[in-house]
Amino acid sequence: MSGILAELLPPQTLELTYLVAGILFIQGLRDMTHPRTATRGNLISSAAMFLAVVVTILWFEILSPAVLAAGLLVGGAIGAGLAVSVETTEMPQLVGLFNGFGGGASAVVAGAELIDVLADGSSLSAELTTTAAIAGIIGSVTFSGSFVAAGKLHGLVGDSPVSANLGHLLKTVFLLTALGAGLFLVIQTAVLGQEPLADWVPVYWLLVTASLLLGVALVVPIGGADMPVVIALLNSYSGLAAATTGFVLDNSALIIAGTLVGASGMILTVIMCESMNRSLTNVFFGGLGTDDGDGDDTDDIYEGNITETSPEEVVMLLETANRVVIVPGYGMAVAQAQHAVAELVELLDEHGVDVEFGIHPVAGRMPGHMNALLAEADVPYDKMRELEEVNPTFSQTDLVIVTGANDVVNPRANEDDSSPISGMPILNVDEARHVVVNKRSLSHGFAGIANPLFAQDNTSMLFGDAKESMQELVNQYKEATN
Amino acid sequence: MSFVTNLTLFVLAAFVGYEIITKIPTNLHTPLMSGANAISGITLLGSVVVAGSGSSTLATVLGFVAVVMATINVVGGYLVSHFMLSEFSRGER
Repeated sequence: MSGILAELLPPQTLELTYLVAGILFIQGLRDMTHPRTATRGNLISSAAMFLAVVVTILWFEILSPAVLAAGLLVGGAIGAGLAVSVETTEMPQLVGLFNGFGGGASAVVAGAELIDVLADGSSLSAELTTTAAIAGIIGSVTFSGSFVAAGKLHGLVGDSPVSANLGHLLKTVFLLTALGAGLFLVIQTAVLGQEPLADWVPVYWLLVTASLLLGVALVVPIGGADMPVVIALLNSYSGLAAATTGFVLDNSALIIAGTLVGASGMILTVIMCESMNRSLTNVFFGGLGTDDGDGDDTDDIYEGNITETSPEEVVMLLETANRVVIVPGYGMAVAQAQHAVAELVELLDEHGVDVEFGIHPVAGRMPGHMNALLAEADVPYDKMRELEEVNPTFSQTDLVIVTGANDVVNPRANEDDSSPISGMPILNVDEARHVVVNKRSLSHGFAGIANPLFAQDNTSMLFGDAKESMQELVNQYKEATN
Repeated sequence: MSFVTNLTLFVLAAFVGYEIITKIPTNLHTPLMSGANAISGITLLGSVVVAGSGSSTLATVLGFVAVVMATINVVGGYLVSHFMLSEFSRGER
């Protein structure tokens, strides 16, 4: 059962290689803490992966090299093809999709390893079956959940066709079935010792099927603005699935690397939840924004209080402003307005205006979504300010331009105890001298409530598509300053 | 290796991960996620062994499927992160 390297090198070499890979993964992540070293970090991390894979292939005896080579080629071609062809605006669904593949692979490997052990005639230990059941559940949930999330982000999957209560019931049934099947595997093996393969396999597939359905039932009811939480959590799960598969295979590289990813995704999940002042349970089981019936009382605040503005007027404000903050939201991503916005910022910068971006942590559909889009449009990263950095500066800001954002600038989060966004940290743009909100209409944000900011005296609305409006501002500003 | 050794690795890696990742700025969260995502494709190591060992047809088929999925994850994840990060370093100039 050994390959070319195992015959040439001492037996500890494989484990030592995995240690080196683990160290390189950690160093790669450390380099990610600064934009200057981040590219290098990613290269170090990929080199570690390459090393670990090549040594593993040469270490073990490969009975069917054609199957292995075909798998690597097909997977590599699909992965590279997707990475090269995808637009930056489609990044959230792509990251979701990749998550799903990783999770799915872990679930399949854990199952295949159990089949392998049984085929060898060795007996299953309780540790093996327990970790395999966990890897199977987490991996399968990640797989189907990620595909549903990617489908929703891509507009292919609609909202839940079943009521919230039925949804909760289904989730419970699927979860209990998966856990029951897992428990059955563990107990059967512990009591009976070696379980005949024929009896064993259907139970594992039952576990996988129930977990796949659970992943679908969990993600289908979740709406757009909660997607950053979902994507981050699935990211964490894909790592945890790899780590538990590492327990099944007794493989230190899988445990270390998988756990790092699990920790990373979990931290991002917590940050996203805190940025919305909501718990993880609330995101997955609450029904925010599903109730459209309460619009009547809140919409009254718009009555007679909305000031509409034109690009000309905004340019006049821009000409006299010393400090401008731009607050982007998902609307900017949808309209692909990032290049026009970047051009406007560059122009303002050239004319000596102090201009920055104020970016809310949950703006967009995945953690850091706005930053990635703006970086694509060549915005220097030191112009992108986080919520805590930019909030104290609004009182000294002459003009805030909100483009494609709504709930993250809604002052009701600070004031009203009864609103769904109450307590959520927001960008306090209403403290600025003038606020221009670029939006297509007065429609509600994801939270489904009216935004008193729009009705404020110092706020004016610039109705229109984000890309067209921003391009118009650029053109008019160029004319006015020439 | 024993279960306890594996558990030790798991717990220590979780602490290291926590310490490093809390230091990563919001700006880099998207590339971090896709980079971390690629790392989770480490499960490819297991897939490779299962696909190559060929102890039964079922295991080989499952192994093949796992290799394809994990390779998509690894190759795609690293490439996407690389493209994104080169945009970030361009923005810094």
